[in-house]
This record gives sequence, C-alpha cells and structure tokens, in this order.
Amino acid sequence: MNITTNIDTATDPALPAGRHRSGQPHRFFQPKRLFSGLSASYLDKRTLQNAKGDIWVKCGRCGELNYVRQFEVNAKVCFKCRHHARLSGGERLASLLDKGSFVEINQDLETADPLSFETATGSYAVKTLAMRHKLGSSEALITGYGTLGGRPLAVAVADFAFMGASMGSVFGEKLVRLIEFAIEHRLAVLTVSSSGGARMHEGLFSLMQMAKTTAALVQLGKQRLPHISLLVDPCYGGVTASYAMVADVILAEPGARIGFAGPRVIEQITRQSLPAEFQTAEFLFEHGMLDGVVERYAIRGMLGELLELLEVPPPLALAIGKDLTGNPSPTEQEQPKTKLLFRVA
Amino acid sequence: MAAPLDEAAVTSQSQDQALNWAWQKVKLARHPLRPRTLYYIKQLCSSYVELHGDRRFGEDTALVGGLACFEGRNVVVVGQQKGIDTNDNLKRNFGMPGAEGYRKALRLFHLAAKFGFPVLSFIDTPGAFPGLHSEERGVAQAIAENLLVMADLPVPIVVSIIGEGGSGGALALGLGDRILMLENSIYSVASPEASATILWRDAQLAPQAAAAMKITAHELYQFGLIDEVVAEPPGGSHLDARTGLQLLREALRRNLAELEAGWSVDQPEAIQYLLKQRYQKFRAMGIWNQRTAAV
Repeated sequence: MNITTNIDTATDPALPAGRHRSGQPHRFFQPKRLFSGLSASYLDKRTLQNAKGDIWVKCGRCGELNYVRQFEVNAKVCFKCRHHARLSGGERLASLLDKGSFVEINQDLETADPLSFETATGSYAVKTLAMRHKLGSSEALITGYGTLGGRPLAVAVADFAFMGASMGSVFGEKLVRLIEFAIEHRLAVLTVSSSGGARMHEGLFSLMQMAKTTAALVQLGKQRLPHISLLVDPCYGGVTASYAMVADVILAEPGARIGFAGPRVIEQITRQSLPAEFQTAEFLFEHGMLDGVVERYAIRGMLGELLELLEVPPPLALAIGKDLTGNPSPTEQEQPKTKLLFRVA
Repeated sequence: MAAPLDEAAVTSQSQDQALNWAWQKVKLARHPLRPRTLYYIKQLCSSYVELHGDRRFGEDTALVGGLACFEGRNVVVVGQQKGIDTNDNLKRNFGMPGAEGYRKALRLFHLAAKFGFPVLSFIDTPGAFPGLHSEERGVAQAIAENLLVMADLPVPIVVSIIGEGGSGGALALGLGDRILMLENSIYSVASPEASATILWRDAQLAPQAAAAMKITAHELYQFGLIDEVVAEPPGGSHLDARTGLQLLREALRRNLAELEAGWSVDQPEAIQYLLKQRYQKFRAMGIWNQRTAAV
C-alpha cells in the first residue's frame, strides 16, 4: 500500500535514506520531490487514503471527522473548529514555498553523542539513528532555500516529530550555516519553530546553541538582511528564549502554545491556577510579544507581502561606498561574493 | 573490585550516590553558606553603587547589578543573587529572576556600552522563574534579547559561574569573552532534578542525572565550553571565603587584562576584533558528525 516506505534502507543502517542497495537513488523515494506539494508528499491519489490508510481524520480538538483528502488540501486545518493540526517538516515546506523550489542544504550533518548518553529507554546514539531512518531526515531542523511567490529566501523548519525538535549541536550548526548561506547569497531568512526546548542528551552543548544561533543572527542583522520567525505549536524553552524571539517580524499560528516553561512546571512550582488561554498565541499577542496571529492559509500571502516590504538591500559595503574596515570598496566587478541562486522574473 | 557480584549489586545504589562526584558538586554549588554574588561584588570592588529597576515594569531583586570599581577601572557588574537566609530568599525569589531582572541586566549592558566599561557577570541561579507573570511579560524574549545584545556588546565581558548555572536563566548573563567557573560550581542545560524527571521520569534519580549530564567545571573545561576552572579552598568556598575570593580576583584580573590589551572603546578595529573573537568562540561550540557523500 505504502509505496514510499524505504524498505532497503530500513534494514541496512549503513545506507543513507533515499538510496537503493545498489547505491542508485531509490525509484520511489526522491527526496527533492517530497516537498513539491502538500498532497504529493504522502497522499496516495488513487485510493484517497493517507499513508496510514485512513480515509477520515478525527480533529484533535473538536473531534469532527474530516475527509482526509479535503483535510490535507486544507493544510490540516479542521473544517469545523479551525484547529491547526501539526505539520511535518516536509508538509510545512510544501505549504509555504513555491512548488518544487525547495533545495535542502547541509543534510549531511548528523547527530553525534558528546556525552555518551544513556537513558532508561536506551542510548542516545541508537535513538537518533532510529529517528533518522524513521523520518528520513538527518536531524530535527531542515534547512535550505527556495522561493515564495517568486522571491528567494533561506528557510529553516523544525520537525517536531524528530525528538520534539529539541535543539542540539546539529540543530544549532545547521541554522548557523543557513544564516551564513543567507549572508553569502543575500537572502532573507525564514525560521519556522516548533520545539520542546534544548536537547537534554547533549548537556551544555545544547544550551550553548542558544548563544550560537542568536550570535549568528547578529551577523545577519549587520548585513541588513531580514529574519522572519514563524512560531507554531508547540514552541518552548531554549528555542523561544533564543533565535525564535529576536526576529524582525514574529508571527504565530492560531492556538499555538508558546512559552518558556511548560504549564505543568509552572503549576507545580507556583501552585497557581493558570488561565485557559495561557501561553497560546492569542495570549502572547495580547501581551505584545507577537506581530500577528495568522491562519495557516494566509501565512504564505502574508510572508510574500513581508518579503516585498522588507526588500533585501544591496550589500552594505556597496551601499555606503566602503567596506566594514573603513577602506573604500573595490569596484563591483571585484566583488563576486554574492552568487546568483535564482533568476527572478 | 574483588567483591562478589551479588554483594556489589546490593550496595551499589547507596555507594553510587555516596561516590557520585557530580552530585557532591551539586550539593556544594547549592550550599546555603556558599558566598553569593553580592559578597563577591562588594569584596572584589573598591566601590559599588547598586542600580535598580528595569525602567519598564518593576524591580527584580533576584538579579542585582550596578557600577563598580574593580582594580582601578570602572566596570559594570551584574549577577543573580540568591538569598542568604529564608527571609532574604523569599525576597529574592531564590535567585530566580523574571523578565524584569533580565531587562535590568539589559539596561546595564547598554550603560556599559555607552561609557565603555567592561562587564563582570556573576552567575548563580537555578534558572529563570517559571511563573504566570514571568511568562506574561515575556521572560523568553528578555533572555533572547540579552543574548542578542551581549553578542554585539563592544566591551569585554568576563563571566564567572560562582554557584549554580541553571539553563537559559544562567545563559542570559553568560555570553561573554571569557567564561570562568569556580571549581565546585555547576553549569547545566536543566537542573539535575528536571533532567531526571524528563529523561528517567523520576526526580529521585537526580544524582544519576547529574553524573550523566556532565555538569561539573572540569568536565565542561575538557569539552572546551568554558575557558578556565578557578580553584577553590579545600572543601569549598564556604569554608574559607577569603581565600576563594583571592583566587577569583586573581583570575578576573588576569582575564580582564588580557582582553583589555589593545582594546579601547574609541577604536572600531579593536572592537571589531573583540566581537569577531567572541562570535568565533560560540560559533565553534557543538559536536556533530558529517556524513561522507554517498557514492
């Protein structure tokens, strides 16, 4: 039934995802195509079933039965109560970017195990290996570039299915490399964050990713390149307290829970009863933490408009006639640093 | 080593805990008599004027700071302050600052940048305060903004972890050019209790979590995440605070002198160099595997 499951790589852990035993790209598994459209990624068009074989999907909030085909065309928003169900990283990219425009970079970075960490349920190294093969992505953050309404941008999407999209060394490194990529190619950066926080299994290395990613955003800002942050359910801990909250524009999906400490921790420690709408996107909006709460169907349009208004300026050195060290800038021919990724019509 | 296996198994639980080096450090780092931030500030600096309030909403006594004179130069000092007794702890919220505290620090960082004073930061907190008001006023945003500003502050920053360095609440004062740790202090992504609850689903296993998370000064030094381990008098600083103070003073003086050599707030090149070094320092943190390209 489910033709996209990669049986060969599942049995052979040494083989990277998306490859047949022969080493050639798998016939049915073409990573680039995965993100080309929301329905193409997991919906079997002939039978109108999703990958699990379901025809109906029950809404997580109101319990309404949604017809799977409609539900997925509607980007997994419930028809009755407008509940925004969680999207995988691939689905998120498909819902935001132009069809087929996404190109992933740095997918060859894989989780290491600096602390040789063991938990009650097994070792960290085994767990991440299992995750890699289950999801076919190397880590919790998918980074790359693509176009949105014809406008190029660098994009990082956290995939909550990968260990709660917790931020570890690879997460941080991939994000920093994306930011450096954006600086090199003069692109705006869009981050879509959904995370349980810093990854415990890597100890202080994870905490330091907060400093590392935020410091990289300083470099982006110095080049006058915009960072737009989209917060989706749920977004907590070290991610909220670092790069996700220092963007030029911060948007969130309706009903997304966003905060620093989780509600159960707060109830345990302070013994306060918390209001029902506590830590929702609407709650944060009321308290002045967000620029907007945007429904999923409208996000793409909103981002397109923002990218147009936050027009990426020419390099700073060219604009002010001298580079950062105070020397006069060389002529434009001698500055081939900005590479052309797209030819925008 | 020669003990029979079954006997070892019976006593291993208690022995593990007794011998758990990391857990001893946790206890020392949280010792009620351990010298706190204000002790160090007042003893290290010849004069100190505390500044209050975040100019936005309120005053948070869990985080203290102000202007001071250290070894003949003016500096800005900030740090989380745990209470010295129960009443003081209630007042200071057990050293757990909320958004106001971090915004006070932010204001002091801007002050330091304006006048070109180096920043001495002292970390001693279980973490940022998890509470309704704290979330309402955006403690996460306050921490994130501190990181953003510290990454680009044109003055030298020396961070000293003097007790407990807990999570984002500690890191919000911890992005500096030099990170020193007292020998018996800890620095972790989450408290041992929280880690044990999340990963082992049992807060009683905190000692095991403390060992597994590698949170002691020497381990973190080996990872290259901190720059220097500052020795403490035998048994810990609480037994001989004066000696501990002298050792920290020596380390601070040396690190600050190194950073200040060639640096001046009037020289853009020197500032660029300082900021570049700071960025590279944090840029390099992290460990990963790079998969070789499939043939």
